[in-house]
Amino acid sequence: MMLSSVDDLHEPLQWPAAGVTRIPYRLYSDPEIYALEQQRIFRGPVWNFLCLEIDIPNGGDYKTTTVGEIPIIATRDEDGGVHAMVNRCAHKGALVCLKEKGNAKLLNCIYHSWSYDLRGRLKGVAFRNGLKGKGGLPDDFDASQHSLEPLRVEVFCGLVLGTFSDATPSAENYFGKPMSEFMRRNLGKPLKPLGMHSQMIHNNWKLYAENVRDSYHATLLHTFYTTFKINRLDMDGGIVLAEDKWHSISYAKRATLDEAPEYKQQNIHSVQYDDSLAGPQLLNAWPEFEDGITHSIQALFPTLAIQFTLNSLCVRFFVPRGVDKTELFWFYVGYEDDDEAQTAMRVMQGNLTGASGLVSLEDGCINEFVQRGTRGSPDGMGLAEMGGREVESSDHSRATETSIRGFWTGYRKIMEFA
Amino acid sequence: MTGDTASRSVIGDFIAAYAHGIDDGALDAWPGYFAEDGIYQIITRETFEAGLPIGIMYCEGRGMMADRIKALQTANIYEAHTYCHLLGRSQIDAEPGGVFRVRTNFNVVRTMQDGGSEMFAVGKYLDVIEIKAGRPLFKERRVVLESRRVDILLVYPL
Repeated sequence: MMLSSVDDLHEPLQWPAAGVTRIPYRLYSDPEIYALEQQRIFRGPVWNFLCLEIDIPNGGDYKTTTVGEIPIIATRDEDGGVHAMVNRCAHKGALVCLKEKGNAKLLNCIYHSWSYDLRGRLKGVAFRNGLKGKGGLPDDFDASQHSLEPLRVEVFCGLVLGTFSDATPSAENYFGKPMSEFMRRNLGKPLKPLGMHSQMIHNNWKLYAENVRDSYHATLLHTFYTTFKINRLDMDGGIVLAEDKWHSISYAKRATLDEAPEYKQQNIHSVQYDDSLAGPQLLNAWPEFEDGITHSIQALFPTLAIQFTLNSLCVRFFVPRGVDKTELFWFYVGYEDDDEAQTAMRVMQGNLTGASGLVSLEDGCINEFVQRGTRGSPDGMGLAEMGGREVESSDHSRATETSIRGFWTGYRKIMEFA
Repeated sequence: MTGDTASRSVIGDFIAAYAHGIDDGALDAWPGYFAEDGIYQIITRETFEAGLPIGIMYCEGRGMMADRIKALQTANIYEAHTYCHLLGRSQIDAEPGGVFRVRTNFNVVRTMQDGGSEMFAVGKYLDVIEIKAGRPLFKERRVVLESRRVDILLVYPL
């Protein structure tokens, strides 16, 4: 039976009375909840990241991806329009596009040679009229009723976004004003690709959604941040939540560091590393914005984050690959008008993040440690009370889990966990 | 030009010693395989063939390499594991001035704390090696991974 509401769960889940300051461990490992998320979230009223607009620059370009577990094709037609559709032939249900990227006039299913145009409309059926007057499809077969299942598409700040739901508001309204403005700051001019890789992490996708919103851990677990004074909680910084709490920004201003004694007094692991770099070119950077923000992570519900660390701009996209597996993509980008020296600095700072990132590689395993720690205890729950119990923006402190509470606020609402 | 027998032998030994050194945990010696301003990069095949510059790890010069080793020994946090490199036969092309372009396919098996040994990385080393006074050093070592996808994380150099 397909799960479509929380009432379909074999074992009901009652959210703890303490609200979003408590996170039931069961949410990370229950296959039924995972199946329900596919319907309610990924087929629900959200904008899913499909690809970057620069992935499909020319007419006929396509790129395959997934929305949740549903295979998707994003295309650009001959007139420049961007479309998205489920990568599943209307005939037998086979994948139509097998390659990750390509350029084609028609999208052909190899199984029985049905073909579709770049808008997903059925254009050709092999032996439609049979052979020698025999066989073939019935005369009343209506090709217009057998398109590839379409998604609604919007291109916003160079991101190709798709949704299955008619209830999803425009991207601008979905993200809200503060989020949209910051996306324009970071992605508001023509981009150029710099490189891509992915990481398979052995944890539920929501652990990464929390992790990327977790401003509290960032400078404790990731020693490199702290020691090289890239991002510390004693820099001026804060958390901005979207009006509906689903999305958030964590930001810091490097020039404002006022060393707090707590880092040394509490013998925090992350300040024990000697800070003399033998290759200081790693951190060559230039101030790119007048607002003084030198580090930001913008988390966008459900599975997207935009990172701007010094000059390293990266779109992080994480895809559920099963209840306890997530593929995390790192799309590094620069601006089309970057000069050679600027590109070189972005390349060098690429070392900070990604699967080998000096300030991010720990995230490859830390969420797995939570997965392994919690999977045998579905009735237990995690705690998120740093910074209080409210779900509000935090102007001057990032020693808070308010963004995480914001994620769970959105999650509860869309899943309808009372 | 495939290079004289003596140079081929020196290069073969050098490439094997590099891999065995990492497998044996002798990471402090790793930067010493490179020229002072040598380049080391791990990059996916897709990104490499697209001619794009950001891979997974990039070091310019021994200083950055030493920082990588120092970071993984003192700063970075991860589950302890070991590598075992399996190397294919090197294809060696000699250039003027004691410089060689070398390609070697490799396979790295990673062993984790739970006892599992699994294939972690497969790809090719694309090297520029200079032999000076009988001593080879990498001017450039590009590690081109077949897959775009890394399992968990990549902290030790390949």
